[in-house]
Amino acid sequence: MIGVAAPAGSLTSLCQRVFGVRRLTCGILGLLAFAALWELGTMLLGLNPATRTFVTFGPIPTFKSVPFLWQTDRIQDAVVASGYRIGMGMLLAVIFGVPIGILMGLSKRFRELSNSGFQFLRMISPLSWMPLAVIMYPDWNQAIIFLIAIAAVWPVIFATAAGLAKVDPNWFKVARNLGANPVHMISLVILPAIAFDVFTGIRLALGVAWIVLVPAELLGVTSGLGYAIRDARDTLSYNHLTVMVLVIGIIGWFLDGICVALITRYSWRHRVAG
Amino acid sequence: MAKRGVRIRIQGLTHRYSARSALTFERVEVEAQAGEALAIIGRSGCGKSTLLHIVAGLLRPTHGSVRLDDTLVEGPSPRWVMMFQAPHLFPWMQVAQNVGIGLRFAHRPKDEIRRRVADAIRLVELQEFADANVQDLSGGQQQRVALARSLVMEPELLLLDEPFSALDAFTRAALQRDVRSIVKRLGINMVIVTHDIDEAVLMSERALIMAGRPGKIFHDIPIDLNGPRERQDPAVQDMRARLMKAFEEATRLQPGDSDDEAPVRTGAESRPGNIAKTVVATGNLGPTRA
Repeated sequence: MIGVAAPAGSLTSLCQRVFGVRRLTCGILGLLAFAALWELGTMLLGLNPATRTFVTFGPIPTFKSVPFLWQTDRIQDAVVASGYRIGMGMLLAVIFGVPIGILMGLSKRFRELSNSGFQFLRMISPLSWMPLAVIMYPDWNQAIIFLIAIAAVWPVIFATAAGLAKVDPNWFKVARNLGANPVHMISLVILPAIAFDVFTGIRLALGVAWIVLVPAELLGVTSGLGYAIRDARDTLSYNHLTVMVLVIGIIGWFLDGICVALITRYSWRHRVAG
Repeated sequence: MAKRGVRIRIQGLTHRYSARSALTFERVEVEAQAGEALAIIGRSGCGKSTLLHIVAGLLRPTHGSVRLDDTLVEGPSPRWVMMFQAPHLFPWMQVAQNVGIGLRFAHRPKDEIRRRVADAIRLVELQEFADANVQDLSGGQQQRVALARSLVMEPELLLLDEPFSALDAFTRAALQRDVRSIVKRLGINMVIVTHDIDEAVLMSERALIMAGRPGKIFHDIPIDLNGPRERQDPAVQDMRARLMKAFEEATRLQPGDSDDEAPVRTGAESRPGNIAKTVVATGNLGPTRA
């Protein structure tokens, strides 16, 4: 048995190593291909006298300007300002979205009453709330947080409600039978049962919020990644602009990675499926 | 673990699920002494599971009452705990966490939870699986976890709703023996709902036979068997035959119990000549003793 198991184990380990290396290699190759396309596009811009001004969009001027932007704290300041807005917006989306989603999942009456209205509101472009947000809130920061929250709340609500619809009703019966009160029911039964769906909703919401953040910061405010992009455009510092675009991509990718890790951590369904 | 059972008094229990629906059962009267194990036998649809849910406080009856000692049952309580047909374990928790969940609901201190959970897991012989994910266990092991989850509450009354019907024959037999032994050792009451006559004979001291629509209790038959109960024992087979006869008599009187429903299971042929006298319920429908 041991003699059979050892080669099988080695084979599995080898496969993991090979596929692990392959994934890493593919990732690096993909990034290099992206950089090559980027450089190629810049070269094409340089060939045309009308667009030659924009060659600083290229990867080499961009990477060269990173140390300067880092040492002058411009990247950090922009990230902190945008991070605060997106963090607060997402927090509001979760604070309102999860309970509303639970209510939709638990109460058929509430679901029937709210579904049409929510679907209607969900389809409104978040940025079209901008004039209303500006009237409602005295400063731009709050207005942007409102826009992020209103964009991000819908995926959270609908994912939570969908998760609850899949919960085995017998778990509620068992919990009641063992003396669970409503707080226990939510904290020890419902939330763990739907954690996978809630985090999936948060992941989707984060994508939407990140998309809304930059255009929202293009208006009014004097801080954040969107503002930094607008400022770079106004000062014709296109290499700074692309640095900020890269920062947006890296942070978005990092936040998505956190969401995926949370989904994996709190998922119990993969075992059932497996 | 609790060392004593509870006196059960079910009085004038009638139930319908809604104002428009038909009666599920009517005028059910049952009394049981502390430490007694009852089996409720009947075909699917006669209301025996509903009756158990009402005793557990998971349903409110339309009329009548259930009292455990002097306590009126108005909702679930750790004093009376139900075990269901399927284990319904929480898949995001390990075995020990599932077992201790009721104690967490009861806000017991962590040390006490750890101690009582370890005791309950030992009782159902799953020590080596305490940290396992419940999804990795077999059906029988999962049902043992559900049993431990119920017993850890130290209930005075354990209610079992066809808890072994989804298990294979070997696991079912082992669990029937173990549950009876644990219940006897703890001195608690047990009420088991089943359509398996063998199960009723092996696990209980009285069998209530329910039939008809709305369901009624037609017979209340003591199962006076001393010592360990084995399927092959002549006394067990005699009792099985006696219950079968009583069951057939009850269902013959009830046109609602058609033959296309789930049949009552028996493990062996009835023995003619060993059928004890049974008393068919009259219009009064109170509990009758053989």
